Amino acid sequence: MSGLNKSFGDHEVLRHIDLQVDAGKVLALIGPSGSGKTTVLRCLNGLERPDAGTITFDGGPEVTFTPRTSRRQKESLRFRSAMVFQSYNLFPHKTVLQNVIEGPVQVQRRPKAEAIADAEALLDRVGLADKRDQYPHQLSGGQQQRVGIVRALALKPALLLFDEPTSALDPELVGDVLTVIKELADEGWTMVLVTHELAFAREVADQVVFMDGGVVVEEGPASEVLRQPRRERTQRFVHRLLNPF
Amino acid sequence: MEWLTDLDWELVADSFWPMLKGGLTGTIPLTLASFSLGLVLALVVALMRISSIRPVSWLARAYISVIRGTPLLVQLFVIFFGLPSIGVTLDPWPSAVIAFTLNVGGYAAEVIRAAILSVPKGQWEAGYTIGMTHVQTLRRLILPQAARVSVPPLSNTFISLVKDTSLASLILVTEMFRVAQQIAAFSQQFMVLYIEAAVIYWMFCLVLSAGQDLLERRLDRYVASSDSGARRSRRRLRRPAAARVRVEQVLRGS
Repeated sequence: MSGLNKSFGDHEVLRHIDLQVDAGKVLALIGPSGSGKTTVLRCLNGLERPDAGTITFDGGPEVTFTPRTSRRQKESLRFRSAMVFQSYNLFPHKTVLQNVIEGPVQVQRRPKAEAIADAEALLDRVGLADKRDQYPHQLSGGQQQRVGIVRALALKPALLLFDEPTSALDPELVGDVLTVIKELADEGWTMVLVTHELAFAREVADQVVFMDGGVVVEEGPASEVLRQPRRERTQRFVHRLLNPF
Repeated sequence: MEWLTDLDWELVADSFWPMLKGGLTGTIPLTLASFSLGLVLALVVALMRISSIRPVSWLARAYISVIRGTPLLVQLFVIFFGLPSIGVTLDPWPSAVIAFTLNVGGYAAEVIRAAILSVPKGQWEAGYTIGMTHVQTLRRLILPQAARVSVPPLSNTFISLVKDTSLASLILVTEMFRVAQQIAAFSQQFMVLYIEAAVIYWMFCLVLSAGQDLLERRLDRYVASSDSGARRSRRRLRRPAAARVRVEQVLRGS
């Protein structure tokens, strides 16, 4: 993405954001609350409309935002990216399996049998094969988030977006979800990850972007930005997160 | 209490079947037709009311305001006695169906609107993010969840409607109350016959309330636990109540 601007009313949430994620790489977005990182993610998924800027996927679509950009153009981004939400947002009236095949069957019009077979394989991978016929409320938070991840994977997106996937979880359930994300990174999925788990970001991310006040303050290889940040603002943030007391 | 000792049981027995028949061939079909059509109308009005297009939303608002702000009897009379003066003459039955449909449309629209708004925004976004259109998300994700929340208040509307159809007797629709009136006028036994009519209305409503329970239980299956009876009943108590509070908050905020 390049030159992305976004305001809510008078409040500028994103100012000229340029980001690039190479295929098969993982980008972690870190920064304080209100820094605009979630908005970046939502723009990539067409949930927000930037005021200006361009978002390009290899192999399309390429959308340049102007006031005249149509909703259809904005929404075309969704066909290449899939989102995992902080609060899971599973469909409570559908079983685990129905949650996963909803997109492939209803939107992508794939044969149901094929979608079910794929969904079962993915559920098996994250250790939830036996939960396929349960409703979301019967699962723990960690299990629900793994279903959320499977729901995104089932769409076979070019880009996976994670919006603080572990923030709503009990601490002891975080590990299961992070393990799954780590495995996906190792398999070569392209991902953008908004997270407060710095240790995890260091572990899985190839590149880290630190945002504050709607701008990119610092970016670079994960090891550099998280171990030896150059900017004073980044140093303070990283220090604060690693030493809360 | 003289009327009680003089109670004409034979009259009660003889009038029961004609009244019940009036209920089954008049009251119930009138209720079912008006309620089904009214729900469709209500869904349209609710969606208009939520719409971000101002004039559309205002139109829905005005409609709801007029329906809720005028007596049902007046609405019924305007359609049956008023429309002929501008050249539209309708038979009693269609007049009654139209009036009750418009009335249900206004009241249920607010219930449906509140139910739709009670579904968390994240559900819309989850639908969009898997590539669904607005309409697909509404139909497959939001309305099924809103349906569960709206069953108790809509059941209220439905049960009220069963009783309100008695007003149609005033425009000569042969439903249960009109049958009661006719027999009462003939026999002069007003107390007995009107109480009998009341009992039959009550029976209808008892059956409907049981139906509401069944429907609620069915729609609650995804919030109820299948592995523990205790948990199930606890959740049944808690969840719909919470949902109802949300609906009430939205209604109050309007």
